Amino acid sequence: MKTEQLVAALVADRTRGGGSSARALGLALIAGGVLSLLVFLLALGIRADIGPALATWRFELKVATVLLGLGLAFALCLDCARPDMPSHPWRRLLPLLAVVAAAVAIELLSVPASSWPARLIGSNAMICLPMVPLLSLAPLAAALIVLRRGAPASPALAGAAAGLLAALSGASLYAFHCFDDSPLFVATWYTLAALPMVAIGALLGPRLLRW
Amino acid sequence: MRAARQGDEQAYRRLLGLVVIWLRSVVRRGLASAGRDMTECEDIVQEALLAMHLKRDTWDDSRPLQPWLRAIARYKLADHLRRGGWHDHVDIADWEDSLELAVDVEAPTVIDSRRLLDSLPERQRRIVQEISLEGQSAAAVASRLGMSEGAVRVALHRALKAMAAFYRRGGP
Repeated sequence: MKTEQLVAALVADRTRGGGSSARALGLALIAGGVLSLLVFLLALGIRADIGPALATWRFELKVATVLLGLGLAFALCLDCARPDMPSHPWRRLLPLLAVVAAAVAIELLSVPASSWPARLIGSNAMICLPMVPLLSLAPLAAALIVLRRGAPASPALAGAAAGLLAALSGASLYAFHCFDDSPLFVATWYTLAALPMVAIGALLGPRLLRW
Repeated sequence: MRAARQGDEQAYRRLLGLVVIWLRSVVRRGLASAGRDMTECEDIVQEALLAMHLKRDTWDDSRPLQPWLRAIARYKLADHLRRGGWHDHVDIADWEDSLELAVDVEAPTVIDSRRLLDSLPERQRRIVQEISLEGQSAAAVASRLGMSEGAVRVALHRALKAMAAFYRRGGP
């Protein structure tokens, strides 16, 4: 086929576009999130002391941090879905790193050193590590389906971003179950729980997101 | 592109015409700097053109068009060279003792338009042929094949996606 003939075929194909990708990704996350919410309610449930917890700064900071991460990862995913991706997309996550570092610093200054290990290890680490990835699976699938419509400059990077977004979706549910609110716990175990999702996304990206 | 998004056929045809000329020069330069044969050029141009068409939603119309186009061309060129590069690697392994021979053996493969069209299901192939080779409108093809115009458009779109996948695999 000559290129001019291909142009004729392309001009004749004027299917309507799928609309904004931010909207599509948002809807997909909600859909994946609802599935994860069901798993959450069946397997974990909201912590019993949610009322008093809401009044503590540690819990509020934990939820705010995870939600900030969710928003930043969402923007990162949209960046990575474009062929003309900005040159350092991971810079988007700097505010999250800053908030986590500040929260850890405040915690280290406000409690005696003797209680650091107990706060770091918490009591739910072994629930956090499997549950955050489990709650992330449906959001990951949903995010990858939407990203397949995109044209990521780097499919591996886009996959990793989807993994991070999924992990933060899972973490934002899990945060309402876990009563380990210390920034020391959150910074350590939530990060460790997110890593496998980022890795899975980075591995799936080149398989699923090439275009 | 903005006009084309509104469904302005003439504007889109004009844009694609310009993009083809631009793509040819970009791809030629890329192939030359990679030391590759120019016979592959048109394959890459067509592949990039298909990608640009199928992924045109990823262009944010508040940004300039050219960086987006360049990014697509770069991706497709790199993809193509990587596929070729992999074959090179196999060649070198096969000819470990006589590397010079391996270079001589390496022959560029050009995707044959016949094979590309043959890879499509019968109906999609006819639609692509009549629209692209014979310059028919979707409406004319629809009435000839006894289909609705919408069904022809859907089939055409599927065919274009299949063609893009065919290029991506580098063959059937």
